[in-house]
Amino acid sequence: MIDNMLFKSEEKAIFALRALYNSYGYLPFKMSKFEEYDIYVRNKDFLVSDSVITFNDTNGKLLALKPDVTLSIIKNTTDEEGCKQKVYYNENVYRVSQRTHQFKEIMQAGLECIGDIDSYDIFEAVYLAAKSLDTVSPDFVLDISHMGIVSAILDEASDSQDFKKNAVRLISERNLHETEALCRAYEIEDSYKEKVCALVNMYGAADKVISALDNICTGERAAKELSDLKSLCALINKTEYKNNIRIDFSVLNDMSYYNGIVFSGFINGISDSVLSGGRYDKLIERMGRKSGAIGFALYLDLLEELDTEKKLYDVDVLVVYNDMTDASLVMDTVKELTDKGLLVSAQKAVPQRLRYKEIKWLCKEGV
Amino acid sequence: MINVALPKGRLGEKVYAMFEKAGYECPAIKENTRKLIFENEEKGIRFFWVKPSDVSIYVERGAADIGVAGKDILLEYSPDVYELLDLNMGKCRMAVAGKNGFYDDGVKTLKVATKFVNIAKRFYASKCRDIDIIKLNGSIELAPILGLSDVIVDIVETGTTLKENNLSVVETIVPISARLISNKSSFKFKTEEIENIVKCMKAQVKTDD
Repeated sequence: MIDNMLFKSEEKAIFALRALYNSYGYLPFKMSKFEEYDIYVRNKDFLVSDSVITFNDTNGKLLALKPDVTLSIIKNTTDEEGCKQKVYYNENVYRVSQRTHQFKEIMQAGLECIGDIDSYDIFEAVYLAAKSLDTVSPDFVLDISHMGIVSAILDEASDSQDFKKNAVRLISERNLHETEALCRAYEIEDSYKEKVCALVNMYGAADKVISALDNICTGERAAKELSDLKSLCALINKTEYKNNIRIDFSVLNDMSYYNGIVFSGFINGISDSVLSGGRYDKLIERMGRKSGAIGFALYLDLLEELDTEKKLYDVDVLVVYNDMTDASLVMDTVKELTDKGLLVSAQKAVPQRLRYKEIKWLCKEGV
Repeated sequence: MINVALPKGRLGEKVYAMFEKAGYECPAIKENTRKLIFENEEKGIRFFWVKPSDVSIYVERGAADIGVAGKDILLEYSPDVYELLDLNMGKCRMAVAGKNGFYDDGVKTLKVATKFVNIAKRFYASKCRDIDIIKLNGSIELAPILGLSDVIVDIVETGTTLKENNLSVVETIVPISARLISNKSSFKFKTEEIENIVKCMKAQVKTDD
């Protein structure tokens, strides 16, 4: 039996998540560390950062250290009516961190469900996202929003792509004052302006937000998209996570790839979003395929922030011996101590950088 | 407890006065001490002063739940934070300035000196104008006078400094003012407290008219 204390938060999470995804029929997916650069360059906006680490293969082909997992998984699936492929992964990706503007190795775990997606699959992905967060900490929030609703309301307001792009950014910043200014600049009619501005403050418990959405989703397309969100919320309400899952329209992703539900997860004590996902039928479509898809990734390296408990010692006992000491005495002493469950380090001198609770001399002290 | 990062200096003092009026006072802050952090336990608020350009870093990384930063800093560094309120103070504009009578004929690469590299790059990229960025850390106004650059991109408050040096504004890029920002994760777990602060601060915002 391995001592639980030895695991870091992210290591514990990996084991728990594998078991979780397996139990829902998701199969493990293992991929190469690098892929042909071509696939990324064609879907550059889908990547979290534009920069990709590239290098030439022996035959001159340009390869990239993978900055993303989803694109590789899509390539490995096929369209099959009525069926879907469900896979999970635990991989490192290489991206430019938005905070440090330098390349970073990021450990991700997540899942993708690709194929003939229906409302159950969407629920399952959202539910597993919540369950994934719960395995890390019960003090979590999973915010969901709906790209279809946002897109319908913005389309009603204006045809301008510039307006829509800026509005999405401002809604995700919860920036009401500049959203109002943007609507004025584009001379958006008051009735539409009210709807766009309402999205900025659209967050909270599902019931509360849905009744507010009823008032602004009056257009035919928006109403249809809302019914999609409503049916998801009805299912969520029957689960143990109904208080953790909220609606928040500041969670938005690129409109050219994502449609429908998108979501983002937060854990109390971690300053950044630790989980991100959504429905990306449009990406699949752009790759010339017919399937629907939903998936998410959990950023495991961020879980480090949770390991705040500092250890005072590296080992419990430092056993010190010298060349004269009988090796079997060292062996017996170490075995006796480790059998008691203590952490032991056997050394011939006292190392400067090792912190120990007690010291046991098998030779003359200080020699 | 809500941690608030305030920008050091005149603007920060005005912002604190606003917090005070909004009911989030912390009398200890006015005592002349060397303390770095000031707390009012009863009101559940803790203030600290940081360099104005660092406020968004403290907030983005969660060391502060909320903070007040100039829009110039937010545009330059694009931190991943919520921008909850325009405090309508510390008002100025980000502008392009050059020597009096400067005219950009578009024939040569335009040499632009600035502290705000990203803002300048974005602005000229949107106009497809080829530029050569010269990053400076202070005394930006000197650059066009000494011929180091054709124009500068900088904050203009009253325009007095420009005027005294025979410089003038060529065009305004964007109006600037102080904004109340929040860490995204903090907002999720301290929603009510942060909402209350925003509500009380909003009541203190002076409108232009």
